[in-house]
Amino acid sequence: MIIALCVVFSALVAQLAYLQLVDNSYKISAQNNALRYETRYPVRGRIYDRKGTLLVGNINSYDVMVTPADIRQPFDTAALCGMLALDIEYARERFAYFRKYRSKIGYRSLPFAKGLPFSRYSYFMERSGDFPGFYGVPRTTRQYPYHAGGNLLGYVAEVDQRWLATHPDYASGDFVGRTGIEQVCEQRLRGEKGYAIYLRDSRNVIQSPYENGEHDLPAVAGEDIVTTIDAELQNYGEMLLHNKVGAAIAIEPSTGEILAMVSAPGLDVEVLPNMGRYYDSLSKDPFKPMFNRAVMSPQPPGSVFKLVNGLIGLQEKVVTPSVRYPCSNGYHYGSLTVGCHSHRSPIDLNEAVMMSCNSYFCYLFRSILDNPKYPSVGEAYEKWAEYVKSFGFGVKLGSDFPSEQGGIIPSLKSYEKIYGKGRLRSLNIISLSIGQGEIGSTPLHLANLAATIANRGYYITPHVIRYEQGDSLYEHFHEKHGTMVDSRHFNTVIEGMSMAVNSAPGAGATATVAAIPGIEVCGKTGTAENPHGDEHSVFICFAPRENPKIAVAVYLENAGFGATWAAPVASLMVEKYLKGEISESRKWIETRMCEASLLHKVPASPDYVKPKKK
Amino acid sequence: MSTAVKKKPFDWVLILCWTALVAFGWLNIYSSSYSAEGAVFLGMSGRAFMQLVWVGICSLLAIALLHWINPQIYIGLNLWLYIFVAALLAAVLVIGKDVNGSRSWFVLGPIRLQPSEFSKLTTALLLSVVVGRFDFKFNLKGILKILLIVGIPAALVLLEPDFGTILVFCGLVFVLYREGLTGWVIIYAAIAVILFILTLIFSISVAVTVFFGFWCLYRLLAFRTKKDYFRPMLLYLACIAALAVIEYFLVSYEYISPAAALLMAVGISIAEGRRHLPWFKPLCILIAAVAVTFSVDYVFENVLKQHHRDRIENLLGITQDLQGAGYNVNQSKIAIGSGGLMGKGFLQGTQTKFDFVPEQSTDFIFCTIGEEWGFVGCVAVLAIYLIMIIRLISRSEKCPDPVTRVFGYCLASYLFVHVVVNVGMTIGLMPVVGIPLPFISYGGSSFLTFTAMLFVFIRLERR
Repeated sequence: MIIALCVVFSALVAQLAYLQLVDNSYKISAQNNALRYETRYPVRGRIYDRKGTLLVGNINSYDVMVTPADIRQPFDTAALCGMLALDIEYARERFAYFRKYRSKIGYRSLPFAKGLPFSRYSYFMERSGDFPGFYGVPRTTRQYPYHAGGNLLGYVAEVDQRWLATHPDYASGDFVGRTGIEQVCEQRLRGEKGYAIYLRDSRNVIQSPYENGEHDLPAVAGEDIVTTIDAELQNYGEMLLHNKVGAAIAIEPSTGEILAMVSAPGLDVEVLPNMGRYYDSLSKDPFKPMFNRAVMSPQPPGSVFKLVNGLIGLQEKVVTPSVRYPCSNGYHYGSLTVGCHSHRSPIDLNEAVMMSCNSYFCYLFRSILDNPKYPSVGEAYEKWAEYVKSFGFGVKLGSDFPSEQGGIIPSLKSYEKIYGKGRLRSLNIISLSIGQGEIGSTPLHLANLAATIANRGYYITPHVIRYEQGDSLYEHFHEKHGTMVDSRHFNTVIEGMSMAVNSAPGAGATATVAAIPGIEVCGKTGTAENPHGDEHSVFICFAPRENPKIAVAVYLENAGFGATWAAPVASLMVEKYLKGEISESRKWIETRMCEASLLHKVPASPDYVKPKKK
Repeated sequence: MSTAVKKKPFDWVLILCWTALVAFGWLNIYSSSYSAEGAVFLGMSGRAFMQLVWVGICSLLAIALLHWINPQIYIGLNLWLYIFVAALLAAVLVIGKDVNGSRSWFVLGPIRLQPSEFSKLTTALLLSVVVGRFDFKFNLKGILKILLIVGIPAALVLLEPDFGTILVFCGLVFVLYREGLTGWVIIYAAIAVILFILTLIFSISVAVTVFFGFWCLYRLLAFRTKKDYFRPMLLYLACIAALAVIEYFLVSYEYISPAAALLMAVGISIAEGRRHLPWFKPLCILIAAVAVTFSVDYVFENVLKQHHRDRIENLLGITQDLQGAGYNVNQSKIAIGSGGLMGKGFLQGTQTKFDFVPEQSTDFIFCTIGEEWGFVGCVAVLAIYLIMIIRLISRSEKCPDPVTRVFGYCLASYLFVHVVVNVGMTIGLMPVVGIPLPFISYGGSSFLTFTAMLFVFIRLERR
């Protein structure tokens, strides 16, 4: 038994001998006995637009770090703060903190001043010898060479305690993309941290790189990202939406690629590198610039939704292109009236789209819901909702952009709660025929509708990142989502949309302002009534009619008629994208759009003037 | 007591060992906590002072046990002591404080007590009295008694959970071995551990193969004539080869383990059957071995906690995570390794000083010893422990009273397990288990328990 005991103890001694006498990897030299790991931060990946224009790059900056245990007295706090442009009170607070937690901090290093530009850092470098314990670490800060896409690109911020608690792969001092593309592509953009190892003696003074840096791990730079954004169009859209509240989205229909996504008022790229400084004032801004209206703001779509109802009517065979319905300044049924503007009557579907006749679509919508094919209005409604959802409405489209909202298509149940089980009547929900009522869609949904019609019946989930074959999301963003409406019915509606834009003056078309010489634009206006002031101005369009290259949706809150504001903005964006510049004859529209300020019409505005109700 | 007995001196070797370890331990606690407070502060830091208080208390306890307290008291009260501590163990589960994921501490103001430490003493006492009785035998009844005595505190400790103490209780098997339990128990246990580890590192089939390789070897040595072992050997080798082929060609791993077990069962039955040996025993061993290997996944995933899994995987080299689970061990190996032959000298350690090694004054105190006193210091400490254990065993053997003998063996096996596991984990030979280094680690409960046990033994042994 004693022998066995001695054998076991010999094993311990043998391992000790191996560790302490033989193996050098656990040993450092006789004088230098501790290593210091200094983090090497990777360069964050850059972001490009679809044509290779750099949207987000990096510039060098410096963090000044401090090892509190190495601070020597006497210490000239004022001089240090002067050099680093720091508030002296801040420095005192930090020092008090270091003293309080000195045993916890030990010989670790903590950040002292962050994000110094080189010019400031060079002052410090000259005199750093006077401040033992302080040293600089190169970092990079985001830089935005092209002035476009604040909300779209998103911002990068230092991780906070809450983030750290749920993300073990981040360390204090790391940066992370918090919104927009920076958030979507965080994993690809962030890169991998490395470290450099230094030797220090028993007084913690750094002596030299450990074994000439052989064991250092270099940082791996983040991957560059190519987006589907067209920087010029994005910039142009932001210019047009200046001083307006709303959103504009442009999609390439054949690929689902988002060409521009403007939310106004939005974040200026100038504030992105220093979000910390602006965050407070931005979050108090009445126009909520951090709120990305393009994907987060569900609103009633207004008359553009008539396109969907028209298509459903054709598919369900409750109308044919030649069926005509009357309109006498609106749709009248008993005491109910859905008003309409004055135009000729009766009209067929093409003309109804062209002139945006409310009455026509009331008849049409009632034929859909009261279709004898279905045993009850409820079931017809559910079928209708299924059709609408096949266009992407009422659900999240599944784009790669964060915080996308799904919008609202009410369920049959929620109506039955109001009207009683089995007691839903088509007249109850007649507003849905013209895109009003309980329905909500984001501007992204509307742009997607434009793209779906442009594609004659299918859409590809809109996305902002270009995916190469082999990416895990490649399939997802190349899959065609068909609607439940047959492709052949789309041409009828498209004819109406073309007529709405390209009819001769005096024909009663709603959107002739959107006509572009030499390009056949197909569009549909919308004027969404809402309880908060003036109507929202809506317009969706695509162009050219055959083989469309761009589909646009513009949604301007409380701006007024769709034809007055949204239509010109959308058509200018189309022209800019297809022609590269605005033709002479339309320059006046551009000037008018850029100069107009509609902020005062929004109830949230401090200068809000309540419009006189008709 | 007769005057002749009274003249017999206390065992000064053990007392000297105790003094040396306590003094040396205090120096190292001073060193490790001195640095933790920062270089500015040279005074008596919290832990060093507290430990000094404990040294005083323990010395008083030692004197009291040697001179004042009659052994009849605790021998007579042993069952009540046992019950009292068992109640404490149960209470700590309810009102204890969670530290590092286990609930094993009572917190009374500045003092923290760990009842699982005290249970080592009371369990040893009761075990000594029961096993030391003149009529005790290792029959079913006797074994059941032992299982009950050790099982109750072990079960309560498992609920905390505190695997270190469980391990220490497992060490009592050495005591039972001395008292007449068959040595096969230890061998079976060792085989089970080896199978467990092999299964974790490689696979079930590798574990079973290796196990039967050893079986072969054993048979080879046990058989007398060439004729006797030639055919069975051939069969074993054929089985192993077949297994290797299956493992190599079979795509689906699901079939390997059953195939391995089946092959081995057939092989062993044929071979042993030929020699007209009872086939029952080999078959039992076979089933047990297969059961152990198959239970590995279950035990590993369901019984052990995540940090145990990480530590074991790290020790076995399955995963290499120097920032996570492997951090302690890697840092402790660096600290000890950097000590070299002679160490860096008292208070000169940097690895332990800069807080690289967590728990540096409690479970990882051996790092400070290794770094500041080097190989020489480490070997000296181990030597003192070895002397202590050997001395305990030899004095126990000479003792006419079986109760004292069993108690001495209990203490010896406790010390053995504590030292081997604690030192083993700091130098990367054992998984990290929270278990202190007796007489050296900071902390009152363990210190008190071991001091009490040692001096109880010294006092008993003089009778």
